[in-house]
Amino acid sequence: MTDTRTLSITVNGTQYTREIETRRTLADFLRLDLKLTGTHLGCEHGVCGACTVRVEGQAVRSCLMLAVQANGKSVATVEGLARDGNLSPLQNQFWEHHGLQCGFCTPGVLMTMEEFLEENPNPTEADVRDALSGNICRCTGYQSIVDAVLATAAQARGE
Amino acid sequence: MEMRSFGQSIKRKEDPAFLTGKGRYVDDIELPNMAHAAFVRSPLAHARIKSIDTSFARQIKGVIDVITYHELPESLRQRRLPLVVPVESLTNPRLPFTLARDEVCYVGEPIAIVVAENRYIAEDAVAQVMVDLEPLDVIADCRDGLKKGAPLAHVGASSNVAATMHSVSGDTDAAFAKAAHVFKENIYLHRGGAFFMECRGAIAHYDTFQDNLLVYVSSQGVHRLKRSFLELFDMQDSKLRIVTPDVGGGFGPKGSYYVEYGAVAAASMRVGRPVKWIEDRRENFVATHQERDQYWDVEIAVDDDAKILGVRGTLTHDNGAYTPWGIVLPWISVATVPGPYVIPAYNMTLVSVLTNKVPTTPVRGAGRPQAVFVMERLMDRVAREFDLDPAEVRRRNFIKPEQMPYNVGVIFRDGRPVVYDSGDYPACQQTALDAVDYEAFETRRKAALAEGRYIGIGIGNAVEATGLGPYEGVTVRIGTNGNITAYTGATPQGQAHKTTLAQVVADHFGVSIDDVTIETGDTSTISFGIGTFASRTAVNAGSSAHMAAKAVSIKVREIAAQLLEVEPDDIELRDGLARVKGASNRSKTLRELAVYSLGKPGFSLAEGMAPGLENTAYFTPSQSSYANGTCLAEVEVDIETGRVRITRLVMSHDCGRVINPMVVNGQVIGGVAHGVGNALFERMVHDDQAQPLSTNFGEYLLPLAADVPRVEIHHQETPSPYNPLGVKGAGEGGTIPTIAAIVNAVADALRPLGVHIAEAPLSPQRIIELIEEAKARSAA
Ligand code: FES
Ligand code: FES
Repeated sequence: MTDTRTLSITVNGTQYTREIETRRTLADFLRLDLKLTGTHLGCEHGVCGACTVRVEGQAVRSCLMLAVQANGKSVATVEGLARDGNLSPLQNQFWEHHGLQCGFCTPGVLMTMEEFLEENPNPTEADVRDALSGNICRCTGYQSIVDAVLATAAQARGE
Repeated sequence: MEMRSFGQSIKRKEDPAFLTGKGRYVDDIELPNMAHAAFVRSPLAHARIKSIDTSFARQIKGVIDVITYHELPESLRQRRLPLVVPVESLTNPRLPFTLARDEVCYVGEPIAIVVAENRYIAEDAVAQVMVDLEPLDVIADCRDGLKKGAPLAHVGASSNVAATMHSVSGDTDAAFAKAAHVFKENIYLHRGGAFFMECRGAIAHYDTFQDNLLVYVSSQGVHRLKRSFLELFDMQDSKLRIVTPDVGGGFGPKGSYYVEYGAVAAASMRVGRPVKWIEDRRENFVATHQERDQYWDVEIAVDDDAKILGVRGTLTHDNGAYTPWGIVLPWISVATVPGPYVIPAYNMTLVSVLTNKVPTTPVRGAGRPQAVFVMERLMDRVAREFDLDPAEVRRRNFIKPEQMPYNVGVIFRDGRPVVYDSGDYPACQQTALDAVDYEAFETRRKAALAEGRYIGIGIGNAVEATGLGPYEGVTVRIGTNGNITAYTGATPQGQAHKTTLAQVVADHFGVSIDDVTIETGDTSTISFGIGTFASRTAVNAGSSAHMAAKAVSIKVREIAAQLLEVEPDDIELRDGLARVKGASNRSKTLRELAVYSLGKPGFSLAEGMAPGLENTAYFTPSQSSYANGTCLAEVEVDIETGRVRITRLVMSHDCGRVINPMVVNGQVIGGVAHGVGNALFERMVHDDQAQPLSTNFGEYLLPLAADVPRVEIHHQETPSPYNPLGVKGAGEGGTIPTIAAIVNAVADALRPLGVHIAEAPLSPQRIIELIEEAKARSAA
């Protein structure tokens, strides 16, 4: 039960080495060991998407991944999105379009949509809604999130 | 006063922190030496506790303590949870102990709390607490609870009826006797739970040195929780402080005091360390309050012109195992049925039944969506029987604007008569109809049918009591650094109070909202509070913010006038300065004035002056303000798969004057999404032993981005005469008429197949069943 391993991981560009229990999830590792509490837990069974982070660029549910599985990998969390105190274009559009209310789902939604926009620079509303369907937001009714994502894509295209 | 912020779609002050992962929810708080708790919960819906063996759990390394009823402090062994809203008709109130004593009455009821070095170990230990239970008979369905000879949901109770109440106006017997037509409906309505994304959670920090208790809790209002704590722990006011940090959604159930909170506090007192408990999602499904089942047997009497003569019937409500909120929820239901219509005679009997399930208390909409569904189903039934346009039937029965204020004749749950203050219901519906070109819908339907597609349109009209009293307070204070801060007991869970209340305050001082700080959810900052629910914050806290800010701004002017040797009316407030109008070089900063207002040690204050730039106001509304709305939904139903696609959704809405249109739109759209869930997806399933079967998001479906349509909003603005801002609540208006509109639209789409619908939610399987039943009926 207290089987431990040494974990070496890069999070938001910073390298960390820690001795951790093998049963520690990546989400708990980020929140408890690194104090990066921006990653939230909404279900701990892989459905709500609140815990989404990016591992080697890929959006993953950090509640379903053990921290040791991320050994040697590079992880990005919501804390890494803003640069030098400036919000990222997507964060800015969320602010502009009221894309969040309680903010609890927001980090996971942002990480999911960052990946989506990199792969889909030219999405339709239906594409966005489809890609967003792995994230539950109980506050916004999604519309303002969809608008924020579409506006970010348009902005990136120079429109 | 020059209006600058009020009425503007200003970007939220809250967002930069939330967007960058700097929100601070209760699980993000870490106190030194903190221990972690997990609960042992009942696996059975009704059982007697024979014994509890904690010895195995205690042996696990890292386990600090295991606490059952017997280890609780004396006062918690004597007292059950307090009843928040006692009423006379609640003849059989039932409340739990903090940890079950000898009987458990629903699956999930806490039996013991384990405290350990971390949550992983606490959960390991929960599995090792041996509880010996003797199963008892179970009431799983509220209708079964009323049967003769039914077993009892609580051992020793006289019956399963918690309360019976009659909501009466006019003479229904006479109305029905003379009616040309009477139509009956048996309606089943089920609403699930709130399912906020952040589960509940609390940290209790008992300070052994100072002998006081600090509780951080994810809630909708700290002051009411404090009252429950003080009562249960027999504690003196100065010994307890409750703080609610950022909250990841509330929607009603986070407004309750829960047994877990007291257990966590008791644990902290016993182990002498801070103790954190964060609910996991499975616990959330079994232990957080829900709404669930209502069975309505109703009839409507109409004359030959389809005008309503009377409505009567019975509501059988699934109360669950305990009655922490009394009968608030079903009472709101029966008082909301009349809606925007003239109903000369009304008689609804409410029977609230104890069952062996988690208690039901208000979830966004608070029993109103069900009431609106009932009335709107009846209106559609009348339309069908008369072969009239459903919009026309409603038009004939609307309360007209010239009838305002309108006394409905029934009593609301606050004990006051339901008197609508203002609103133009016919115009509200017309706006929605025009938006979708309603007149042309029959042409669209024919074209679709020709292609084998079943489309339908449905109307939901609602009137909603908002801004419920008794009060909410706001203290406005200008600090000696010149900062304007407002403190309130209202506690946000995403509604943007820190922005909208700042908008109200900022205008009084001629500053931007960035110059105003709003502090919420801390019992140490303001004496009294009620909290955020019932769409009440804009009305109550908004009005208090207005009153307190106004009082402080007057004092600022007076002091500035004194120092600058002019009249107060010659002073204007702008950008942190109090300056003489037309002489902008003669001014004082707010900072200078705040310092001056406190006086100098040993010197006297100016005559008649109280110290400080500070004022506290408690706005106490004389009655609710009534918001209203029309939801119009268009759907397409796939009759092979039963899938419903909402192709269009229009919400025409009147919540009085609007502080921040962007925020209000967000509330309305988010509310609609809850209605979509209730209409088509969300169902809390129990088996016949009241064992919950839908306890994760794979089994209990919440609406996703692809399920919720784009919502078109049309605002009307009829100011409420009952508060200084003219506002009405906006938090629930999106949810309330939406279920009715969507289900009416599905019924309309399937009308060519002879399908009759009197229930929600409608799953695809259920729609196919209804189609099959209709086919069988027409074949017979
Ligand atoms: S917390 Fe990981 S998907 Fe919900
Ligand atoms: S903003 Fe609250 S859950 Fe999405």
